[in-house]
Amino acid sequence: MVSIYLILLAVLVVVGFLFGRARAAASAGITHSRPNYHGAFVALGIFVPMLLLLAAGLPMGRSFVESQALAAYDVNATEGLRRSAALRDINAVLQNRYAGEPTEALRRAVQTYSSLNWIVNAALLAGGLLIGLLGFYFGYSRIAPAFRARTQVERFIRIVLLASAGVAILTTVGIVFSVVFETIRFFQQVSPLDFLLGTQWSPQTAIRADQEGSSGAFGIVPLVAGTLLITTIAMLIAGPIGLFAAIYMAEYATPRFRAWVKPVLEILAGVPTVVLGFFAALTVAPSIRGWGEAFGLNVASESALAAGIVMGMMIIPFVSSLSDDVINAVPQSLRDGSLAMGSTKSETVRKVVLPAALPGIVSAFMLAISRAVGETMIVVMAAGLAANLTFNPLEAVTTFTVQIKTILVGDQEFDSAKTLAAFALGFVLFFFTLTLNVIALQIVKRYREQYD
Amino acid sequence: MEMIVNPPQALSRAKDVDLMQTPKIVARNVNVHYGDKHALKDVSVDIGEKSVTAFIGPSGCGKSTFLRCINRMNDTIPSAKVTGEILIDKDDIYDPSLDVVQLRARVGMVFQKPNPFPKSIFENVAYGPRIHGLAGSKTELEEIVHRSLKRAGLWEEVKDRLGDSGTGLSGGQQQRLCIARAIAVSPEIILMDEPCSALDPIATARIEELIDELRENFTIIIVTHSMQQAARVSQRTAFFHLGVLVEEGTTETIFTNPTERRTQDYITGRFG
Amino acid sequence: MTKAIIGSPETRLRDAVKRRIAARYRAEFRFRLYGMIAIALTALFLLIVLVDILLKGLPAFTVHQFRFDVPVVLADIDPAKAKDPEVLRGADYQALVRDALRSHFPEVKDRVGRRRLDGLISSGASDTLRHQVVADPSLVGKTLSIAALVSADAELYFKGTGTAIDRKPGASTISVSGQEGPVTLSTSGSDFSEWAKAYRQRYAKLGEKLDAEVPSLLVALNGGLVKVNEISAGNISGEVLLPLKSAGDAQAGAWQLVTYLTPESNRRVKDREVAWLEALRAKGIVERSFNWRFFTSGDSREAELAGIRGALVGSALTLLVTLLICLPLGVAAAIYLEEFAPKNRATELIEVNINNLAAVPSIVFGLLGLAVFLNFFGLPRSAPLVGGLVLALLVLPTIIIASRAALKAVPPSIKEAALGVGASHQQAVFHHVLPLAMPGILTGTIIGMAHALGETAPLLMIGMVAFIVAPATSVTDAATVLPVQIYLWSDLPEIGFQAKTAAAIIVLLIFLFVMNGAAIYLRKKFERRW
Repeated sequence: MVSIYLILLAVLVVVGFLFGRARAAASAGITHSRPNYHGAFVALGIFVPMLLLLAAGLPMGRSFVESQALAAYDVNATEGLRRSAALRDINAVLQNRYAGEPTEALRRAVQTYSSLNWIVNAALLAGGLLIGLLGFYFGYSRIAPAFRARTQVERFIRIVLLASAGVAILTTVGIVFSVVFETIRFFQQVSPLDFLLGTQWSPQTAIRADQEGSSGAFGIVPLVAGTLLITTIAMLIAGPIGLFAAIYMAEYATPRFRAWVKPVLEILAGVPTVVLGFFAALTVAPSIRGWGEAFGLNVASESALAAGIVMGMMIIPFVSSLSDDVINAVPQSLRDGSLAMGSTKSETVRKVVLPAALPGIVSAFMLAISRAVGETMIVVMAAGLAANLTFNPLEAVTTFTVQIKTILVGDQEFDSAKTLAAFALGFVLFFFTLTLNVIALQIVKRYREQYD
Repeated sequence: MEMIVNPPQALSRAKDVDLMQTPKIVARNVNVHYGDKHALKDVSVDIGEKSVTAFIGPSGCGKSTFLRCINRMNDTIPSAKVTGEILIDKDDIYDPSLDVVQLRARVGMVFQKPNPFPKSIFENVAYGPRIHGLAGSKTELEEIVHRSLKRAGLWEEVKDRLGDSGTGLSGGQQQRLCIARAIAVSPEIILMDEPCSALDPIATARIEELIDELRENFTIIIVTHSMQQAARVSQRTAFFHLGVLVEEGTTETIFTNPTERRTQDYITGRFG
Repeated sequence: MTKAIIGSPETRLRDAVKRRIAARYRAEFRFRLYGMIAIALTALFLLIVLVDILLKGLPAFTVHQFRFDVPVVLADIDPAKAKDPEVLRGADYQALVRDALRSHFPEVKDRVGRRRLDGLISSGASDTLRHQVVADPSLVGKTLSIAALVSADAELYFKGTGTAIDRKPGASTISVSGQEGPVTLSTSGSDFSEWAKAYRQRYAKLGEKLDAEVPSLLVALNGGLVKVNEISAGNISGEVLLPLKSAGDAQAGAWQLVTYLTPESNRRVKDREVAWLEALRAKGIVERSFNWRFFTSGDSREAELAGIRGALVGSALTLLVTLLICLPLGVAAAIYLEEFAPKNRATELIEVNINNLAAVPSIVFGLLGLAVFLNFFGLPRSAPLVGGLVLALLVLPTIIIASRAALKAVPPSIKEAALGVGASHQQAVFHHVLPLAMPGILTGTIIGMAHALGETAPLLMIGMVAFIVAPATSVTDAATVLPVQIYLWSDLPEIGFQAKTAAAIIVLLIFLFVMNGAAIYLRKKFERRW
């Protein structure tokens, strides 16, 4: 059906364009716009309403057909699982792959479904044709030498461009809505204080719906501790290594050396985190465990250290490229001023360049922390699930992202506190990283303005 | 702010005659290449001690390039290649065994655009003494800062706000701060690369006056676009054109009776 | 003035500088060294990751097969019935392959032994045979030479993760009590006590009985193989693994002491299987070939059968959706922001938004997909359509930022020239600026696509973790993508999947390198200095 509609739309649009162009070309006198714009104006007059009709009519028609069919099937349409099972049945019968003999009710439902479906489809097609022709008439009748078709078309294009840019805002709004609503529902079941201050996290033994509030198993303190521990390890590695690499690249490296090292950093930055997670889980973690045992230490097989080290390695290119940028933004005149006084290069870097670049470096570190906190695959594969409240890097800890992934992957019932808890975690994660990012980006912006 | 508006005249030219008896800097056949570009061609010149020498010429003539050779700032440009010989007090500064850090401690530099470090005024001046370890104690360091700011004529203006950022000063003050910073390590030579080109006339006058005072203790080389400035502050002048040192002599001679036609044309404004 | 300032300032300076210069240069050297160490560590880490993955994954690109001649005589298929493709498809080809293997070891008659023998071939060993016969029913009744895939354990053994084998010729005459079953061995020399002495150094608990905790000792004589169970004074008893051709004595040098160095309890392939596999290898039946199957088959629960075709198709469909959405959207947004946006709060809000979205954790986009696309709009779970939508939103900021940079790099003079001859602002942008910015936009798009190709976490959220054998045929089918497949395999306990995971990673990395290489090539080729 949709394809027929789209073909109809395409035909009308092409016809409209050609007629519009021909009429403009044939009209006497100097036209404001080229005939192509007149054609495009007519085509748009057909295209936009027809597309809107399809976008609105298709889901509305479908939900109408389905609700009628389900009514015929005697299924309570509000119940999610039974509803989708019934729809599957109907579809199976329609496609002649229903296992077994359909019941009388099902047969009735299928009958209703197919006949209503036909009517709705026909109505949509007829409506589309009508609205398309109306659009054509509207556009075609306005063609005149003085008509500013180009201005109209360009106004439309401008709106499309603006809408595209607006998708970014829409995405943010979508993110906020998708976490906020579920979080509010979560806090109706679990008190925010228990959530923020509780030291126990065990959603696996989640409260059943009929046992509301009987357990305090949703305390995020262990998750905060675990996330913090892994992030700290990661930053202890990525901070110094990334910063020193950036300093060397910006201040010492010859262009040839840079040409060799830049790709190395870029490749490392481009390695997918799932690959690093595999490496962390299968190579780093066993090695650390082996070394630990050699020193008589008891190391968990999913130690925070392994995940932290690999995550640190992942962030090195991030820290170094951001720091490289801010170090390069320090004006050469400051370096010259320092060198001309007889300071060595490292004295110049330590006492003049780095202090000058400090805001930028701080914001680079903040962005790196935000990256580490939000990183998922490495910790999913190499860190544990057990919510231990510990700062021992040799023990297993868990993080926000690991818990979100664990709760939401696989089947979930949508109203249980456990599922909602994942969205509450997502909410905390999103706003924490958002705050870091906003502050960091502001600092960078002000820093750049200072030296522009 | 009160200002001495009348420009200081470099009047004491009587002793200029014997300036060149014991030159501070001797350059012989200095050539500089930037990659393929031959920026400086066979420059040979003597620079007298405790005097002001001005380098003049149209832009791109090599005067700044030559200036940057004297404290080896060209080392910071990877593509630059310097050949020839520059002696300071008979030490070849391009001798591989000579240390560039020690050289730059002896040859200070002030740049075209004031470039104070984004630190406090005090820290800006204390930077050099600190890295070279010139002060044994905090009071000694304060003494050096005090003296340097005073000699740079900035003390009275900043003595109550030494902790403020150096970048918060006006352009002329910033440039004097940079001069204070340079003299804080007691260099023998101060190179000035168009030090007044970013300043207004009043600040310029102030700097010129300062240069005249500093001549007592330092050998100063100043690159300038302004012939009037060269005439005002310098005892000797060198004219560069297209990478070649065209003529060098007492400032009076260069401006009143140059031997070279090109110098004459430049002085009288036919080009440049 | 303090004392230190007395004296000529010049000499004082020179002395002071000289005193400290060595220490300062040491500090300089150290500082520089730290930088080099940092870069070296980074490069080293990358090298270790790549080498580790290569070492783990490369073996999975080859596969071992048994070359058998299989007579296609199916019990319930005679040439007359063979016309019916349903019957042909449903026949038990695996039995044919099993029989072919058993024919090499006729002495194995017990059920346990046969089951262990059957365990050497993969459950998918007969797939090619089935395809061949179904495609050409006239093959029924003929004898075909087929390559039967070995089982995952046998595969690992052939790739050297089983045991090292030490062979030492016997120094004395040996006699054996029978050709099959439990036998006793006796020898005139001290071969066995010397053997026990040599291995007792490492395995203290090696006693008279040889259990699974110590290396296995076997005796190869008279064309067969005997596993030694007990070495006591003068009495050596064992069990025949491969039947002896005769029961006669073997002279010194005509028999061998064979040691499987890894104790049996430490390996998955036991002594009997090792003996069989070695016998098959000695017969030249084992072939090694490139593992095409890895690229042509979908996921499987059996490590040796699992392939990445489904994941590749899923990735391709997902990326297609992503590209179709985010290229036009990204370019349009970039054109708006760079060329048409007024300088006001709304524009600033959009810009701040884009910069922030670029730094939002990818798993949050997964939550968005789950809550909005699946639960609100009711789009199908696990589908490339939803995956592509989520990834499009994820990489959109990257593409917008890259496109804006490309547009900004086009000098304004070009646009001004177009405006000067009377083009409208939009005509100037679409006819002149955009074409010139296109290489830069494409480069940014490829890099964004590479990022999308490697992304895993958000796709887990929208359920692209289903076990899917058949490749998706449309963007609404359930599918998985390459990085998710890697994650799923890495979670499986079977050792055979480890190599598969690493091999899939190699494929993924090759794709990423090719894409990034293309981006760099494009950038180099079309780089223009204005």
